Amino acid sequence: MSQKNRLGTGGRIDRTTPLKFQYNGKTYTGFQGDTLASAILANGIDVVGRSFKYSRPRGVVAAGAEEPNAVLQLGATEETQVPNVRATQQELFDGLTSQAVNGWPNVDNDMMSWVGKLGGKMMPPGFYYKTFMYPKSLWDTYESMIRKAAGLGRSPLENDPDTYDKVNQHCDVLVVGAGPAGLAAALTAARSGARVILADEQSEFGGSLLSSKELLDGKPATSWVKSAVDELAGCADVLLLPRATVNGYHDHNFLTIHERLTDHLADKAPVGMVRQRLHRVRAKWVVLATGAHERPLVFSNNDVPGCMIASAVSTYINRYGVVPGSELVLMTTNDYGYQAALDWHDAQRKVVAIVDTRQNPQGARVEQARKRGLNVITGSAVIEVQGSKRVSGVSVATIDAAGNKVTGAVNRLNADTVASSGGWSPVIHLSSHTGSRPVWDDKVVGFVPGPTVQKQLTAGGINGKYSINEALSEGVLAGLNALAKLDLPATEVVLPSAADMVEEASMTLFQIPHLLPTSKAPKQFVDYQTDVTAAGIEVACREGFESIEHVKRYTAMGFGTDQGKLGNINGMAVAAKALNKTIPETGTTIFRPNYTPVTFGAMVGRDCGELFDPKRYTAMHKWHVEHGAKFEDVGQWKRGWYYPKPGESMQECLDRECKATRDSVGILDASTLGKIDIQGADAREFLGRIYTNAWAKLAVGKCRYGLMCGEDGMVFDDGVTSCLGDNHFLMTTTTGGAPRVLEWLELWHQTEWPELDVYFNTVTDHWSTLTISGPNSRKLLSELTDFDLSNENFSFMDVHQCTVAGVPARVFRISFTGELSYEINVQANYGMHVWEKLFEHGKQFNLTPYGTETMHVLRAEKGFIIAGQDTDGSVHPHDLGMSWCVSDQKPFSYVGKRGMARQDCMRENRKQLVGLKTKEPKVVIPEGSQAVFDPNEPIPMTMVGHITSSYYSANLGHSIAMGVIKGGLSRMGETVYYPQADGRVIEAEICSLVFLDPKGERQNV
Amino acid sequence: MFYIYCPHCGEHREEEEFHAKGQAHIVRPIDPAACDDKAWGEYLFFRKNPRGLHHELWIHAAGCRKFFNMTRDTVTYEIKEIYKIGEQPSVVAGNKLAGNK
Amino acid sequence: MQRYSGFGLLKHSLTHHENWQRVWRNPTPKKEYDVIIIGGGGHGLATAYYLAKEHGITNVAVIEKGYLGGGNTARNTTIVRSNYLWDESAHLYEHAMKLWEGLSQDLNYNVMFSQRGVLNLGHTLQDMRDIQRRVSANRLNGIDGEVLDPQQIKEIVPHMDCSDNTRYPIMGASWQPRGGVARHDAVAWGFARGADAYGVDMLQETEVVDLVIEDGAIVGVKTNKYGVIKAGRVGSVVAGNSGVIAKMAGFDLPIESHPLQAMVSEPIKPILDTVVMSNHVHGYVSQSDKGDLVIGAGIDGWNGYGQRGSFPTIEHTMQAIVELFPIFSRVRLNRQWGGIVDTCPDACPIISKTPVENLFFNCGWGTGGFKATPGSGHVFAASLATGEMHPMAKPFSMFRFHDGALIDEHGAAGVAH
Repeated sequence: MSQKNRLGTGGRIDRTTPLKFQYNGKTYTGFQGDTLASAILANGIDVVGRSFKYSRPRGVVAAGAEEPNAVLQLGATEETQVPNVRATQQELFDGLTSQAVNGWPNVDNDMMSWVGKLGGKMMPPGFYYKTFMYPKSLWDTYESMIRKAAGLGRSPLENDPDTYDKVNQHCDVLVVGAGPAGLAAALTAARSGARVILADEQSEFGGSLLSSKELLDGKPATSWVKSAVDELAGCADVLLLPRATVNGYHDHNFLTIHERLTDHLADKAPVGMVRQRLHRVRAKWVVLATGAHERPLVFSNNDVPGCMIASAVSTYINRYGVVPGSELVLMTTNDYGYQAALDWHDAQRKVVAIVDTRQNPQGARVEQARKRGLNVITGSAVIEVQGSKRVSGVSVATIDAAGNKVTGAVNRLNADTVASSGGWSPVIHLSSHTGSRPVWDDKVVGFVPGPTVQKQLTAGGINGKYSINEALSEGVLAGLNALAKLDLPATEVVLPSAADMVEEASMTLFQIPHLLPTSKAPKQFVDYQTDVTAAGIEVACREGFESIEHVKRYTAMGFGTDQGKLGNINGMAVAAKALNKTIPETGTTIFRPNYTPVTFGAMVGRDCGELFDPKRYTAMHKWHVEHGAKFEDVGQWKRGWYYPKPGESMQECLDRECKATRDSVGILDASTLGKIDIQGADAREFLGRIYTNAWAKLAVGKCRYGLMCGEDGMVFDDGVTSCLGDNHFLMTTTTGGAPRVLEWLELWHQTEWPELDVYFNTVTDHWSTLTISGPNSRKLLSELTDFDLSNENFSFMDVHQCTVAGVPARVFRISFTGELSYEINVQANYGMHVWEKLFEHGKQFNLTPYGTETMHVLRAEKGFIIAGQDTDGSVHPHDLGMSWCVSDQKPFSYVGKRGMARQDCMRENRKQLVGLKTKEPKVVIPEGSQAVFDPNEPIPMTMVGHITSSYYSANLGHSIAMGVIKGGLSRMGETVYYPQADGRVIEAEICSLVFLDPKGERQNV
Repeated sequence: MFYIYCPHCGEHREEEEFHAKGQAHIVRPIDPAACDDKAWGEYLFFRKNPRGLHHELWIHAAGCRKFFNMTRDTVTYEIKEIYKIGEQPSVVAGNKLAGNK
Repeated sequence: MQRYSGFGLLKHSLTHHENWQRVWRNPTPKKEYDVIIIGGGGHGLATAYYLAKEHGITNVAVIEKGYLGGGNTARNTTIVRSNYLWDESAHLYEHAMKLWEGLSQDLNYNVMFSQRGVLNLGHTLQDMRDIQRRVSANRLNGIDGEVLDPQQIKEIVPHMDCSDNTRYPIMGASWQPRGGVARHDAVAWGFARGADAYGVDMLQETEVVDLVIEDGAIVGVKTNKYGVIKAGRVGSVVAGNSGVIAKMAGFDLPIESHPLQAMVSEPIKPILDTVVMSNHVHGYVSQSDKGDLVIGAGIDGWNGYGQRGSFPTIEHTMQAIVELFPIFSRVRLNRQWGGIVDTCPDACPIISKTPVENLFFNCGWGTGGFKATPGSGHVFAASLATGEMHPMAKPFSMFRFHDGALIDEHGAAGVAH
């Protein structure tokens, strides 16, 4: 197809490289250097979307980040779909596939527009709060209709084939925006050797200069841009980031840059390339040279395709060689707006009229227009546009000097394009991300950055300084300021200059009056994407939504994907007028990150899938895998859960593992238990303060179980600690609790008892822990060591250093199963060797590997708790029946002692941990089941506790459970009931926690 | 994200290496047994939570594992001062230094 | 009060919507009120509404330093559920849930309460034990709840990765069908409109700068705009700023204010019908009626009143969301923001008398405030009306932090072992 709006020459496109692309199923051609929007306009496509509420046809309005309408679905395949891509920011590539996001059957003929046309009158702001309430039962139906109508593009349904990554950056100066101000600032800073990052959202540097016809020192502005960029590229410490949007400004000068590395090349990143990258930048100083966005004027039917902002018209002509129409009417409140008509005229198309809202404009551009013989109509405005899918004409009328009312007759002019300029709004988004409130500037007729505590400088358009000369010199100044703050030498930058142009004051005007009052006039759009009209804002104000935040929330103004870049100031002006206030009195506008939307994938980088969270493996992990282990996630660890044989169910497997251990010998990889090495003259004293029980008399070579509580007296971890020397202890913690416990020890030592001579070090990963347990464990171990393992020489709760399987080991005779048991600790890299040796020698004893589940069953048979499973932060040691582990005779008031003496902790009838035996022995009470005393009580029932641990014990031939019951320790033998979701009520008897070997004889043999 | 000077490492590091541990300078009663429930409850749970200058405890968790104190504005998030455990802040609310340090 | 209905909309469209009444007045304050409520967020406005509606106390002012509903009400992720573990919280949140279920009709304001169900995912064995425990408690308390297996979850959320191939595979979930979301702003506005209709004065952009306390009892508040306004009773419902009011009253609270961040994607076509929450991978997400994916982050660890938090908190949350929904990787994040949440050590609120007579506090809701809005207002109104705490509010006394009778929703969330 022909590109009917493409000029034969000019622009920064490469006419020798045509690119094919698809829009709504049809194939079109554009050129290298186009954006999707410029290519769409070149091909004469008017309608690029349907509006959100009224389904009105919409066309391209802008040429950059502020575009509200041209929001398209991209992607040639399911996996590469991207919703809501702004066509003005998407570079064209060959094969690009795009679609409008709304419209049924298609965007040109949308059935929903009839709903909009007929029902639109019934959809004032917040109409949904006022209806869909009756009958109540229909709300679900109403809501599903609302949901279907909402949304723009769609999510892909297949996983993203691309990768993303992140880079941490540090620099002296981060310059945001590579227009004239940003380039000048970057050059100034770079010349003194500062580390500079220059980032710009566009594909090439230059900003407004890329579409400007002004000359710098008599040469095209882009030739200065080229020399500046070339110089910067030659500096060693300068990082240039085009296609990189600084999307967030966070505290302490931390900024994020969203760089699109391949979006301009193809749908899917080429092999070996990362699609997008997030730069996380810590900048010593930041120069914001973000420029300004032009404001459209608000007038009736200003959303008909063909209505654009004036600067976008110039950009399409000058940068892309595209004239987006044939007959232009320009409406402006300022001199700069004339540029669009001048460019249009120079492109040999018809300028129907320039409608200036000012009474008597005389500036340089005005004179240029007059010199070209253009029809300049002053003191007037375009009060209404005709047309539906494309502008067909406009109504022009004279207005009063204040711009409040129409004063004369209405003239109709034929036109297909209406450009409007209501002045410029500085792009202050980033400066307000850190909480700095923007300040209204009457001279700028816009908000400028407010006071900030960040190390931030601003230059150019963001300050309301729009001429090239001002922007350049502000850029240099910002660069010099940054250098001074950084104590770097100042440098000299000789700037080119543009011809001075007399520019007259612009008129402060936002909404164009109509013959009819706003409420009755044809719709005057303020926020295109969310379909917010001036009349809607008036309704909101009338109803009492007076704060600008209320207005925004009630009307949804600024809540689109463009976040109100075009509309917010106009909306504030309309609200201010309705409330008879000034704009600053109405409020301010706070922007939040992101400046423009950021791909989830870029926020995530590589930290997903396999790399979502590190996996920790023990030294024997490979063996577990090879032997069919199922794994359990505990903290970051992968722990062997159980080791099923082919065809074996989980319960059959557990039964086998449990019996094998009690009958002969089993082995557990316990390496994941936290291990903290504690040394120092006061180590023993420290342990006494941090544990609830006594440590003063623990002899060298002995181990002891300890409970650790918070200052509130509630149990938070437990484990065995061994005395390796008078000044040397080894503490073990729960697998998940290890880091927390270490920090807890450090906290008390460093902040409370710094006078104690004690040091802590984590040694979890340094040791492999191989626990053999069962009556034959001594026999097995004796095969691998010469050490005297007799009960006399190596008794229960002893630790000895010896050699096992030829490697040095620390062996602890401690038991979590109640069996004769040895925890063999060897240097981690010997773990596998010893493990395999044990199996070599263990065959004769039917050595059986068991995992955490069997460990849980075996310890529950003995009534040993698991902190975090049988405790939950609301139980103290006495609740657990572990008063034996609390030593109130210690001289120092240990951590938790006073806490467990609080009134509520001493209360009778607290929930206490007990054993539970079901009346039907084979029935296992589901863990978590809540207990009641009266199974016939109607709901809500009085709950008296719950099951914390519950298993079938193959050794005992019946189920066992642990659980808390109110006053449970004094209710032995009583019955409690566990009502289940399926209607069953499981009956159980309260009993001792110790189900097996109550005298503890098995572990002492 | 904060940029925090660790007084033990002598360097600025990213907030990701640190954990905030709440209000600083909470003194554990010397004789807990002498505290009534109210006093102990306040020691356990009641906090200053100021809007403005706050003295707080931090740990360089993924670094030197050492604790230190920070005076920070809880509205602007400016870090006014870093000082070691056992030291007292020089920037305090109402102190002239507060505004310009 | 002008009643809202579809017919009303039609009628007003004929007059170009020029005759809509104000939703609330802009009153000049009286010298004295029976009750002053400090804080015009959802909870404060609900309190005022129920004071008037249920207790006939209409000489009430709500004093708001900014605009109504402009704090956490406007900043949360709008999740409503009542599947709490402990009886005390379960009863309170279920009380709220029942009010939610008739709220639009009661207020004649569509708060768009949408019972699309809430899933709390479990990824470890301990998660599943905690889920079983909570659901079991919920059922016996008369609160709907089920434990689902991955296959059942897949049927409800077909686009979530329920496979075994993830770092922390989904092992199951609790499912509360009556849970869902509501339109947060509408809740504040609906309550404000309702309260206004009963004659409650809403004083916006008015800041309480001090409390007037005589002989240990509060008798009024001092404002920046209107000087002293007298009051019989004062209720403080200022969330993150509770510490500031407590300081005026001369006591500390067991509360710390932290940033809590949230974010939304660009609007997309319906893809997620329910609320998905995961404590373990740490993220939660739902899709609003507008099409945005609404995503909540974790609390930042430090105290902050700046309504913004740290970037890594956002990154971690996005990792969690993409871990659960890899297909969202190419969707784009539109906007992020922060609120100030007032957190208690036991993750439960304070609804309480204070050391100052006739001064009541309602705060400490942490991340749970929005879902409780009507229930919180309802029981707080009853307490302010009678001077005695409502039975459902009693367990939430601030003095529980003295005697140790905490309601530890925190601890019950389970710690790893």
